[in-house]
Amino acid sequence: MYDGRPILPLTVSGLSYEAGGKRLLDTVSFDLAAGRRTIVMGPNGAGKTLLLRLCHGLIEPTSGRVEWRGGSAVGRHAMLFQRPVMLRRSALGNLHHALALNGLPRTEREPRARQALAHFGLEDIASQPARRLSGGEQQRLALARAWAQRPQALFLDEPTSALDPAATRAIEAMVQTCHAEGMKIVMTTHDMGQARRLADEVIFLHHGRLLEHTPAEEFFDHPRTPEAQAFIRGELLW
Amino acid sequence: MRILHSALISAAIGLTLALSGTPVSAQDKVITVASTTSTEQSGLFKALLPKFKEKTGIEVRVIAQGTGQALETGRRGDADVVFVHDAASEKKFVAEGFGVERFEVMYNDFIVVGPKSDPAGIAGSKDIDAALKKIAAAKTPFASRGDDSGTHKAEQRLWKAAGIEVKGAGDWYRETGSGMGPTLNTASAMNAYALTDRGTWLNFKNRGDLTIIVEGDLKLFNQYGVILVNPAKHSHVKKELGQSFIDWLVSGEGQKAIADYKIDGEPLFFPNAKKGQS
Amino acid sequence: MNQQNAFITALDLIASLDPVLGDIVLLSLKVTLSAVLIAAAIGLPLGAALALGRFPGRSALIVVSNALMGLPPVVAGLVVYLLLSRSGPLGFLGMLFTPGAMILAQTVLILPIVISLTRQIVEDLWAEYEEQLRSLGSSRMRAIPTLLWDGRFSLITAILAGFGRASAEVGAVLIVGGNIAGYTRTMTTAIALETSKGDLALALGLGIILLTITLLLNTGAFVAGRMAQRAAG
Repeated sequence: MYDGRPILPLTVSGLSYEAGGKRLLDTVSFDLAAGRRTIVMGPNGAGKTLLLRLCHGLIEPTSGRVEWRGGSAVGRHAMLFQRPVMLRRSALGNLHHALALNGLPRTEREPRARQALAHFGLEDIASQPARRLSGGEQQRLALARAWAQRPQALFLDEPTSALDPAATRAIEAMVQTCHAEGMKIVMTTHDMGQARRLADEVIFLHHGRLLEHTPAEEFFDHPRTPEAQAFIRGELLW
Repeated sequence: MRILHSALISAAIGLTLALSGTPVSAQDKVITVASTTSTEQSGLFKALLPKFKEKTGIEVRVIAQGTGQALETGRRGDADVVFVHDAASEKKFVAEGFGVERFEVMYNDFIVVGPKSDPAGIAGSKDIDAALKKIAAAKTPFASRGDDSGTHKAEQRLWKAAGIEVKGAGDWYRETGSGMGPTLNTASAMNAYALTDRGTWLNFKNRGDLTIIVEGDLKLFNQYGVILVNPAKHSHVKKELGQSFIDWLVSGEGQKAIADYKIDGEPLFFPNAKKGQS
Repeated sequence: MNQQNAFITALDLIASLDPVLGDIVLLSLKVTLSAVLIAAAIGLPLGAALALGRFPGRSALIVVSNALMGLPPVVAGLVVYLLLSRSGPLGFLGMLFTPGAMILAQTVLILPIVISLTRQIVEDLWAEYEEQLRSLGSSRMRAIPTLLWDGRFSLITAILAGFGRASAEVGAVLIVGGNIAGYTRTMTTAIALETSKGDLALALGLGIILLTITLLLNTGAFVAGRMAQRAAG
């Protein structure tokens, strides 16, 4: 269902980011292949969000590279924020706007937007003012909005941390749908249960450094580094 | 997109509104006359212009300024005709080539108004020289236009004739730097004396304690002249329309209309046109 | 004169449907609303561009437009007067002493207000929206219409501020309009004229009418804005 040439794998090499004289991300390198759900974990301040923003191209690294297969991948990967920003217009209008930004021809926007809402069972809220929706509905709408752009990879930055269990379940189901359809999932989370439910592989960050990049079972059952072992045991790390 | 759209639409509406009120076509029978606050505020134009328009179909737009400013408006070419009252500057205006010819139209008279208590003791006097000397001697407040208008210039000539130097005379001599009406408002508030034209005074409502103190001296007569702005300097001047306004003012009909304008039975202006002075 | 007179005069004027007064009110509205529309059409995109643009001299422009919010109307009037005078660069237009000149002067007067307030509003919105919009594929310039539309309820206030300044000022329209009876006489120049004629009751009466109109317009804008906001979230 995705248009155009494949952009994966994503190769991140020697990625560093400094701000205010502090090195927040320190020579991080990894490859991300298509298909597998990658969960980025680590204690607060480990650099998870920063890593996603760098990969998504929202900020420029101090050094190092983010390389997609075949060069530019603009418009082919999307991101879901912890708190989505909805425009002051209807839910459907928000999808229209995103599709316009994505360069979709005018006549194709309406069917695509309707399709995205229907795909996730959001038809009912189509005409409602997006900013009046509940937090859960807004996040689901944001995911539908991202999906409508038909990205090959989707970054999710703690998308459920502000949501109740029902909304969290709904988002997780949507993420599974996207994954099943072939979308690459890269997601940060604090929620160990969620990580276990969703992860195919885990990237573990600590103090801006990548300590582990391993398949999920291996990470959860036999973490190699003492930091990861402590993290999984639920100990406080800093 | 929608914003751009509405922005364009509002711009279009705005421009349409703007242009609809801006007849720029030369065929319009409209002339602009720069005149003085005294003529406008006396109500004279309200009486004259409808008669003129009925006869000729020409609409006269009057901008009321001080004489100095009105002549400057003519000099810049922003009026077709100037109708003011300061013979010396009018003659200079013509001599410099900005005006075609000066026609005398009418005169009115100045009066000195002041508080009923009359602190300078000059009420009822017909001698302006003596009255001004007493005001200066008593250092009672005097409100001056101070705006380079015809009235202001006339006032300065009167002080000079009385042998009094008002520049730096002290804080009893107060320049308002504004039109006749505002100056009268100031005089009324400060209980000061002031020189005013009779027309503005008769139309002035906020008199407070002020009343006429000095009137009737021949030196207080005030001649009005009308001049066509020179098309040789400003080619857009509406020569024919402007001249027909001047012609009408000095004609028997125009002169009668001026004489007929009265407030409370009192005439304000006295027609005295004679052909051909410059 | 006493205040009661002024209210009676105002009521009299309204009750008698005085056609001269009607013309003056219409002209005032036409001039001010035209100026507001033109200033909005120019100032909204320009203010947003100033908020989002990154170019040398941007800070200087922001300071200048903020400072020009305090431009004395007389100065704006004088500048437009010198421009439009037959002896000025735009003299060939023959626009001096016409309603068009008054619209131009008021536009000059309120444009800095619309630009400055728009810049502030859009800048604040951008701080909130930036990453999301860029993630969705928006460039800074492409974000201008998006942010203007999303900030529409705040921007109405900016435009009303411009309207308030334009409808209240007398200095600029007096200089470039000439206060010609039946042609360029507005509410404010008429008030100035009646004041100078010492007819304070009539002047205050006109003032009351002007204030009433301004109040009605603002109420209308407020109510419409509230209703739209409730609908749009």
